[in-house]
Amino acid sequence: MSAPGTERPAAEVVLRVEHLVKHFPITRGIVFKRQVGTVQAVDDVSFELHRGETLGLVGESGCGKTTTARTILRLEKATGGHAWYKGQDIFTLSGKEMHELRREIQVIFQDPYASLNPRMTVGDIIAEGWRVHAGVMPKNRRRARIHELLELVGLNPDHINRYPHQFSGGQRQRIGVARALALEPSIVICDEPVSALDVSVQAQVVNLLEDLQDELGLSYLFIAHDLSVVRHICDRIAVMYLGKIVETGDEYQVYDGTAHPYTTALLSAVPIPDPAARNLGNRILLEGDVPSPANPPSGCRFRTRCWKAQGVCAEAEPELVDRGQGHPVACHFPQVEFDPAR
Amino acid sequence: MATTLTRDTVGGRPVDPAAPLLAVEDLRVEFRIDAGIVQAVNGLSYTLGRGETVAILGESGSGKSVSAQAVMGIVDSPPGFVTGGSVRFRGVELLDLAEPERRRVRGNRIAMIFQDALTALNLVFSVGWQIGEMFRIHRGVPRKQAQEKAIELMERVKIPSARERAGCYPHEFSGGMRQRVMIAMALSLDPEILIADEPTTALDVTVQAQIMSLLAELQQQTGMGLILITHDLGVVAEVADHLVVMYAGREVEKGPSLPVYHRPAHPYTMGLMDSLPRRDVHTERLRPIKGSPPDLLAIPSGCPFRPRCRFAADICAAKEPPLAAVSAGRVSACHFWEEVSRERSGD
Amino acid sequence: MSDRRRPDQPVTTLEELEAEPIVGREGSLYADAWRQLRRRPMFIISGVLIMILALMAIWPSLFTRVDPRDCNLADSLLRPSGEHWFGTDVQGCDYFARTIWGARVSITIGVLVTAASTLIAVVLGSIAGYYGGIVDTIIARITDIWFAIPTILGGIVILRSIFSTRGLLQVSLVLIVLGWPTMLRLVRSAVMATKEMDYVDAARALGVRDFRIIRRHILPNAVAPVIVYATITVGVIISAEAALSFLGVGLQLPAISWGLMISVAQNRILTAPHLLLFPGAFLSVTVFTFILMGDALRDALDPRLR
Repeated sequence: MSAPGTERPAAEVVLRVEHLVKHFPITRGIVFKRQVGTVQAVDDVSFELHRGETLGLVGESGCGKTTTARTILRLEKATGGHAWYKGQDIFTLSGKEMHELRREIQVIFQDPYASLNPRMTVGDIIAEGWRVHAGVMPKNRRRARIHELLELVGLNPDHINRYPHQFSGGQRQRIGVARALALEPSIVICDEPVSALDVSVQAQVVNLLEDLQDELGLSYLFIAHDLSVVRHICDRIAVMYLGKIVETGDEYQVYDGTAHPYTTALLSAVPIPDPAARNLGNRILLEGDVPSPANPPSGCRFRTRCWKAQGVCAEAEPELVDRGQGHPVACHFPQVEFDPAR
Repeated sequence: MATTLTRDTVGGRPVDPAAPLLAVEDLRVEFRIDAGIVQAVNGLSYTLGRGETVAILGESGSGKSVSAQAVMGIVDSPPGFVTGGSVRFRGVELLDLAEPERRRVRGNRIAMIFQDALTALNLVFSVGWQIGEMFRIHRGVPRKQAQEKAIELMERVKIPSARERAGCYPHEFSGGMRQRVMIAMALSLDPEILIADEPTTALDVTVQAQIMSLLAELQQQTGMGLILITHDLGVVAEVADHLVVMYAGREVEKGPSLPVYHRPAHPYTMGLMDSLPRRDVHTERLRPIKGSPPDLLAIPSGCPFRPRCRFAADICAAKEPPLAAVSAGRVSACHFWEEVSRERSGD
Repeated sequence: MSDRRRPDQPVTTLEELEAEPIVGREGSLYADAWRQLRRRPMFIISGVLIMILALMAIWPSLFTRVDPRDCNLADSLLRPSGEHWFGTDVQGCDYFARTIWGARVSITIGVLVTAASTLIAVVLGSIAGYYGGIVDTIIARITDIWFAIPTILGGIVILRSIFSTRGLLQVSLVLIVLGWPTMLRLVRSAVMATKEMDYVDAARALGVRDFRIIRRHILPNAVAPVIVYATITVGVIISAEAALSFLGVGLQLPAISWGLMISVAQNRILTAPHLLLFPGAFLSVTVFTFILMGDALRDALDPRLR
């Protein structure tokens, strides 16, 4: 969140994802299932998350951002690639080691109405992590700690025995945050944490997440489709399209110095809440729909909707490298100059 | 598209050529449920002119969708009841019309599209058949011709390969395409007003841009009025000529877009604007509105926004603020609207 | 709130964010359901009737002092009167006593079979629904095949061919064996739906093990349709036992069962209608009561309570 040009000290990398691949098989048949195709949900995704940083993973539906998060958490089994945490590859850990690791990487979900078990009290929901990880929180300390956590996320600790349906959406989301923090993780994956909330409540939760990050030194992997929120909260952003990362950089590089045509189109589509900024004339409208991830285009996956596409785009997949803009772009014809008018 | 219906009458009554396309005045809708009576819409008024776009902006519980349903006459009744106010379409009072006449207006003169096309469309019939149904039923057009008209409409809403895809079923289309199908159905009978209830909320932002652009184009071609129901301040800023901000069933601010955005006269509107991050500038720290939208069964006394308001004073608990005239065509329901609007002029 | 203006504060102070309880909803969802149920006439009526039937089954002597087996041939086929409220049957046994004692068999079989079927269905259905894959395929296909066996017909064949004596246990066993497939499918689909919920993923991300996830997260939330169906099933099983006994392949004399009584009554419908009337009425009311209860529960346990 600093102005362009100021150097931030290179912080330690806490999570390094390398060539992550997740394919879902498409099967046919009732008794014996045959595979007839694959959905290439995540296809060779690599990025680094630094300590204390918020890395945004953005894109539209079907781009693979949620699948990426779920695979890192091992809620899905990766098809290929590595995810390095503290020198170990998450995907090769044994059951016991993974169980230990879960304390350090936690998650907040999108839907405040589906992410809390309606039959458990708030206190039980928050304390569940301690039940399955012996030794983290001695039993006699638990109640006090639940009170502390509820206060930390801005809720009334007296409500420890209430049920989720007695709270509003924003409050439930806070309960989800408290649950994630109970095990004192170092990384929190936020999967669209504010998308399902009322507009007036979103900013509350965003501020809460920022304050907690400062206070507890957390690193966030922030998955979202709302580009305005992402610009605000994220230090760096990776833009995804059809299973691949097409551009990464900090707030100014990606939003003001946009290089990839998809990012350009994506940003131009986001309406600005100011009638004076009406730019329907300058907006880039993409044609048609996103291609099926079961059958992605050859070469550059965006080429079927890209106004700059040429022959080479169908033949060679562009690599995610810095092509002179100062941040990595996966495009054969990226926008090179910084355009302050945008 | 030629029509045998005469457009000089509504429900058998003559229209008033001087009247606006739609004039809603003091509309009230209540829901009677086990737990009590909920005043879902509590005195909403606005007008819509030809070719204009009015946005009704609000969050959950604001009553924005219910108000649109009341205009269409599709409020679930029971438990909902329109208990007061007037809805005049070209000068003719819709709430006085009998149900058969109301039905002739619905879909025909005033059409509506919804948030989730998948639940609004019938999954067992092809899209061509469903669009064609509008012509078969309302205009008595024979099947083959209806199919042709359906394909024409699908092309008009820019569905690629319309002829080939007319036989496809709703679930075979993407979200954005389904929304276009719904728009095609809504436009089939050349309505004079289109009500869009959160039409793009469930769509990706690039698809949203496509759909909003399509609506703008269609509106230009036909001159129809558009009522846009949404919570998205960005979308409203892009397309609305006027907006009505609703909170807890009440109208809290109303006026032309630019002045309302630039100098809001109600703390809720101002709070919303302030709490938004933007994609074109860096925002250092967001300024949220504290608290949550109220439970409609337990609305605070006086001004419903009071518990969340930083301008609140004792009078706000005692007396519900009347709609004060801020300027020509602008109102605000706040005791301190002058102070609120002064805040921005310093910028 | 009496200060005219507050300085702009960050929103994380406690007072500003006090969770206000949503009016009218307190306590767990079960407590909510109970409160809703209490007010429904359908629940109250069926609840009272079920309690009466249960009492009849457990302590028939509360309702009649007469021993149903104390029969006097001289009193054969008497019409209902002050002495014999329901009259007597062919052998001169008090019909009221027999009808009351018949409840024991019906309720016992109904509850026993339903409980056992539900247990099997919950265990296998949870495993199939939660783990999916090959385990699910095997269980689901076996269930499908089993499902194709028609209940009454299959019951007749099995009871006739396998068992020489047919008592409560044998009939129960056959009905359990034929009844679990439907229940299993229900459990399986409820588990599959619940498995997709975010809170299950959250539990997995916390490191909660499978068994605890099923026990704490999935079953409590999937069990509502099962409860409803099980309640209705009690009625269905009672009816099935009566049918089998009626056909002569269920319980045998001297067991007292409404089905048997109806079977014996067939030949004398015109001469002694009371023989058919009373057990028939009791059977119908019993079955209907359980179905009514199931309906009442379904409305109350509907997840749209959320």
